[in-house]
Amino acid sequence: MSASDPITGAIESPTITEETRTELARDLPWQVVVHNDPVNLMSYVTMVFQKVFGYPKEKAEMHMLEVHRLGRSILWSGVQERAELFVQQLHGYLLLATIERPN
Amino acid sequence: MEVFGNNGTLEIGEIDPFLAELLRQIPASTNPGSVPAAERRLFSAPADPAVEKEICAEWKLYVEPELRRIFETATQTVEGDLRQLGDQEKPFANCTLRIPIANSEAWLNALNQARLALAAKFDFTEAELCDHYRSPVGSRRDLSLFQVNFYGFLQEFILREMECRNDAAPPNE
Repeated sequence: MSASDPITGAIESPTITEETRTELARDLPWQVVVHNDPVNLMSYVTMVFQKVFGYPKEKAEMHMLEVHRLGRSILWSGVQERAELFVQQLHGYLLLATIERPN
Repeated sequence: MEVFGNNGTLEIGEIDPFLAELLRQIPASTNPGSVPAAERRLFSAPADPAVEKEICAEWKLYVEPELRRIFETATQTVEGDLRQLGDQEKPFANCTLRIPIANSEAWLNALNQARLALAAKFDFTEAELCDHYRSPVGSRRDLSLFQVNFYGFLQEFILREMECRNDAAPPNE
């Protein structure tokens, strides 16, 4: 693939814009959301939040109660890869968790 | 039945034959079988499939097999501990189950698999799940609801013991 015009020497950049846009989209903070589930015990959910996110018990309980009362809670936001890893860990504990782009 | 922690072991004593049978049913109950709702609950989507098609496709390919492996390993650990219940000299005598504390996470996981799979199979409502006074005698559905609550009770006991041990452990430097 040629990188520059042989006459003018101008550098072609046909795909840079698109790639940059893709990278930007990936770098936007993603959210790790946990959804309510009537089966999982409140104490179990709190323990999972402590283990996965390293949250102190009070913060873990606050999120657990938010899930219970509001149906969902945003547990973490940041880069996509890390968010996916958190969701994977949460699924390992059988919580209903999703990765979402912020609105 | 009585439950207590004892020198690095979670001990469930005086288990009557009915509850022993429910314990033996844990591994089988984790199997979603041919019930799509149970399969969907144990292996839920990591994102909205309509919006994040690529993420969901990669998840199916790479993450789901790993989750299956994690769940199977936990169930096998529980199966191993449950072999103690098969060593009864008298088949209708009460028995004791000793769970090494190192296996407590596997127990929590397997019990959760079983509870979620049963709840999805029988489509229990939130009101039913919260009704702890419902009699277990009756239909297969009633028995399964009792199973879900009994496994939940065991989870609470294991969590309490784990927390007690964490509180007693010296803080990390």
